[in-house]
Amino acid sequence: MSRAQLLRRLLLTIPTLFGVALIVFILLRVVPGDPIAMMLPPGAGEEDIARLRALYGLDRPILEQFLVWLGDAIGGDFGNSISLRQDVLSLVFSRLPATLELAFVAVVLAILLGTSMALVGVYGARRLPEWIVDAVNGVLLAIPDFLWGLVFILAVVVLGWGLPISGRIDPRLDIDWATQFWILESIVRLDVDTLGVLLRHILLPAIALALPLAAIITRVLKASLMEAMAQDYVQMARLKGLSRGRIIVREALRNAAIPTVTLTGVQLTFLVGGTVLIERIFAYQGIGNMAIDAVINRDLPLIQGLILTFAVLFIVINLAVDLTYAALNPRLRRG
Amino acid sequence: MAEPVAAALPDDGATGSVRALLGNPRVVFGGAIVLLLVTVALLADVLAPADPLAQDLLYSYLPPFWLEGAEPGYWLGTDSLGRDILSRLIHAARVALVVAVIAATATALIGTTLGLLAGFYGRWVDTVVSRLIDIWMAFPPVLLSIVLVAVLGAGLHSVIIAIAVIDWTRFARVVRAEVMVQREQDYVASAVVIGLGRWRTLTGEILPNVLPLLITLFTLEMGIAIIVEAILSFVGLSMASDFPTWGGMIAEGRQVIHQAWWLMAFPIAVLIVVVIALNMLGDGLRQVLDPVLRR
Repeated sequence: MSRAQLLRRLLLTIPTLFGVALIVFILLRVVPGDPIAMMLPPGAGEEDIARLRALYGLDRPILEQFLVWLGDAIGGDFGNSISLRQDVLSLVFSRLPATLELAFVAVVLAILLGTSMALVGVYGARRLPEWIVDAVNGVLLAIPDFLWGLVFILAVVVLGWGLPISGRIDPRLDIDWATQFWILESIVRLDVDTLGVLLRHILLPAIALALPLAAIITRVLKASLMEAMAQDYVQMARLKGLSRGRIIVREALRNAAIPTVTLTGVQLTFLVGGTVLIERIFAYQGIGNMAIDAVINRDLPLIQGLILTFAVLFIVINLAVDLTYAALNPRLRRG
Repeated sequence: MAEPVAAALPDDGATGSVRALLGNPRVVFGGAIVLLLVTVALLADVLAPADPLAQDLLYSYLPPFWLEGAEPGYWLGTDSLGRDILSRLIHAARVALVVAVIAATATALIGTTLGLLAGFYGRWVDTVVSRLIDIWMAFPPVLLSIVLVAVLGAGLHSVIIAIAVIDWTRFARVVRAEVMVQREQDYVASAVVIGLGRWRTLTGEILPNVLPLLITLFTLEMGIAIIVEAILSFVGLSMASDFPTWGGMIAEGRQVIHQAWWLMAFPIAVLIVVVIALNMLGDGLRQVLDPVLRR
């Protein structure tokens, strides 16, 4: 990607973010359901409603409200959470690391699992291994992360798997660390015991998130590998006497990586979006779980801030995928 | 110029396409389960052994028939209020099916219309639709559906609206790309040459050719709609809690999982089977209907 293209991509994110902000803003105010009525408990007096309305600027026209909010937001002020009585931005930053760690572990698991399944399928092509990989992948492609999460919880309880199904860490452990990136920090601190506890907690939610992405990676990578195996350079390598396993890993994998990154990169956003529900199911304290609480508590400023946070995450991911693609593809590298 | 309908079907006409459909194991297997779901939903009143809402606190938390302590007549056990789980599962199939069909239809209508217009007319129409898709893709879908239903008020109609409002991009993206390919084909040029208007060309010639794709997407969307309904019930935003839905049953079961795991297990199992069946059906239909894959 040339510098001009990159700049264009970056500039295009601005109208997208603006659109997201505007839609959320209008959605929460125009559609039937008074935001103030959403905030106050039923039976609140007229006076309270009017006072709260003025306090949040809701008595002004929507466009004016939006411009005020936008002005504040550009300056880094996303308002205060109504239910948690804290500034939205600091709330988001306190919980975001938990979600990022969950998503990161899930992506790593998905890549490992998806790549190994594809390699097994290609190595054992037209034999039993490929049939097993295809059958397993058919199931993995159909079942969403939400159902995997529930199945794992069921498995832990009924089959007695000794894994935690709730929270980010053992509630008896009290962590007061410099950052909220607990897994990263426990590695830096060489605190193996805490790291073990953290990894045991993150394992099931991360696998639930990873399985659908792993299935897509398997499908795309396997198809690309099969195609690469039929190419001339692979036939050459075979003539040179390289073993099948070596050809797949050394020659074909490198070329099959490009379509895989392009086609599965988009799916990364689905994984990050999936954290909302998975965090809920596993009582994991990230921004997704916080977002559902915000909706239940009718916490308007927090909902707005969190949806925008997700939008920024999605846009950054898509940009990163594009850049990776450009870096991997020699034809685009020159720019 | 090929007849548009004939172009979408195998060369030997309608009987051949039926034979091709029945020859595909995915279509047969997936279709059979979907047919079973439809039958169960339609005949719920006849098939359910008990009233799904009838409570009997003396018979709460009965286990399914193969476990110790089960009572005859309650095949899959009872929930915390002594309601028959099998009957609730059967009646919940109705909700799932209604949501699946209506939501998928609405989603398909919005998405296909925008996709057709963007793909066929190009220029500013395409720019507007593409920007809209970009913006929509930047929303976390689950969170947006939860917000929408919270704003619209809990209920089945809100769930359906939420699904259509959020998921239209799935149809729009695919249809737009496909129409762009079709637009360059000879038959479109011929249609223009013989003087068909642009609108007639779009609806009469191009639309039938994207139909196979739409059928596949529709089947998959039905599965997605059933899952989204379950998700919203799980979060407590779909139907009133006394009416049985699979997601609502899962949410209830999650709370008492240590006393009675089967409350959660059966609706999860049903959801998994239905979603796999719809996926197989969609995959199979794509294999049979897609002229490129068929070769």
